[in-house]
Amino acid sequence: MDWSVMLLKLAEGMLKSVEIFTLTLLLSLPLGLFVAFGRMSKNILIRNIIKFYISIMRGTPLMLQLMVVYFGPYYIFGLTLPRGYRFWAVIIGFVLNYAAYFAEIYRAGIESMPLGQYEAAKVLGYNQSQTFMRIILPQVIKRILPPVTNEVITLIKDTSLAFAIGEFEMFTTARAIASAESTVTPYIAAGIFYYVFNYIVAGAMEWCEKKMSYFR
Amino acid sequence: MKYLEIKNLRKSFGGLTVIKDISLTVEEGEVVAIIGPSGSGKSTLLRCATMLETMDSGELIYLGEHAVKTNAEGKAVYAPPKQLKKIQRYYSLVFQDFNLFPHFTVLKNVTDALITIQKMSKAEALAIGRELLQKMSLSDKEDAYPYQLSGGQQQRVSIARALALSPKVLFFDEPTSALDPELTGEILKVIRDLAAEQMTMVIVTHEMSFARDVADYIIFMDGGVIVEEGLPEQVINNPQNERTRAFLSRFER
Ligand SMILES: Nc1ncnc2c1ncn2[C@@H]1O[C@H](COP(=O)(O)OP(=O)(O)OP(=O)(O)O)[C@@H](O)[C@H]1O
Ligand SMILES: [Mg+2]
Repeated sequence: MDWSVMLLKLAEGMLKSVEIFTLTLLLSLPLGLFVAFGRMSKNILIRNIIKFYISIMRGTPLMLQLMVVYFGPYYIFGLTLPRGYRFWAVIIGFVLNYAAYFAEIYRAGIESMPLGQYEAAKVLGYNQSQTFMRIILPQVIKRILPPVTNEVITLIKDTSLAFAIGEFEMFTTARAIASAESTVTPYIAAGIFYYVFNYIVAGAMEWCEKKMSYFR
Repeated sequence: MKYLEIKNLRKSFGGLTVIKDISLTVEEGEVVAIIGPSGSGKSTLLRCATMLETMDSGELIYLGEHAVKTNAEGKAVYAPPKQLKKIQRYYSLVFQDFNLFPHFTVLKNVTDALITIQKMSKAEALAIGRELLQKMSLSDKEDAYPYQLSGGQQQRVSIARALALSPKVLFFDEPTSALDPELTGEILKVIRDLAAEQMTMVIVTHEMSFARDVADYIIFMDGGVIVEEGLPEQVINNPQNERTRAFLSRFER
């Protein structure tokens, strides 16, 4: 294989990894908040359903979850899905999994807020949504930034799990080229890519934490 | 005019009855101090009056408007939300541990409710906020965040925050208890100044000499009931009830 072809393929793989990473975060970060609300719901049915969902997401391998999302519709329901479904299966699998983890982080953050903040807001006349959006959420975001950073860094590496269902992101591509050409160069390229990606994301998260350090 | 009336208030937590039939009236411009041993239900009384706690039965009336009535079965019935929202603006509460919003500057702590809830123009709210901060001798701190302030300064911000909404009745729950002894004086002075301006206040405090000096009326609570009440000279200097005497003997005069 030509060097330029190899590079092009690797670049495509990288792009795919970045795409999976970005889409997963964009969808799972807000979805996690709703899941957290469900987990804290006064309705016992909703609360238990969400609790069960979270325990499944945390209690089984992500790779298995991806396979279920990808193969499940066919093997369980006999549905044939369009070719592009592979990519969306990856996204759905990641989003469902990460939303569960984020939800637990949000919940811990929200529950760690002192009651006095709610009471002060109530006496001052803030309604429930004003209290949450203006008073609680900004403080929760500051508190949860470190654990969210951990998850985000893990997600970068987790994107390589998409190989389980043959989605050609960075890792799958590197592996395919490496075995076809009998060379480890693509693996080295992949390693460098993940490291640099991590470095950039960690830097961005650190910047966010600094941004939030104006209060205590 | 009667600014606050509480009639036959009862409140229990689970099986524990914490307030057993308390009635009190606060007139416009009056300062009422509530004293009593720990666990006697002082905070619970304030929390019921400020609707942070739901009362079991009794009546709660601000400026003649009912926030809570009691039905024929003896259960507390709260007014519709719209009415409660209106009544809520008649009072504010200063907490023992301030409960300032840590992510807001001092000025924003004082003005945010005006802008967000009362939809006041920003300029007007800032003017009110700055005036109050000046009154609290905190003009140079308006851009500071709460963590940068001493406890006494934080408490003064929280008083300014409460005053910003121009409440008719201001409640204090042990406003100096979280402070180092050398900082209590500045808070007591602020409250004295407010009393001089005829601010209507209900103050739970363990500062007996302060209560005697500033209050028009003293209520001594024990075990969820009012054991003794009256003019400060009478209750503090010449208590009639044995329990009041026992309680007061623990403070040096
Ligand atoms: N949310 C609650 N749940 C259960 N019990 C409570 C609750 N709040 C207060 N109590 C109980 O009610 C009683 C009165 O408490 P309260 O805080 O009103 O006393 P207090 O007079 O303010 O005491 P202190 O001087 O220590 O502040 C106490 O026995 C307390 O344990
Ligand atoms: Mg108390």
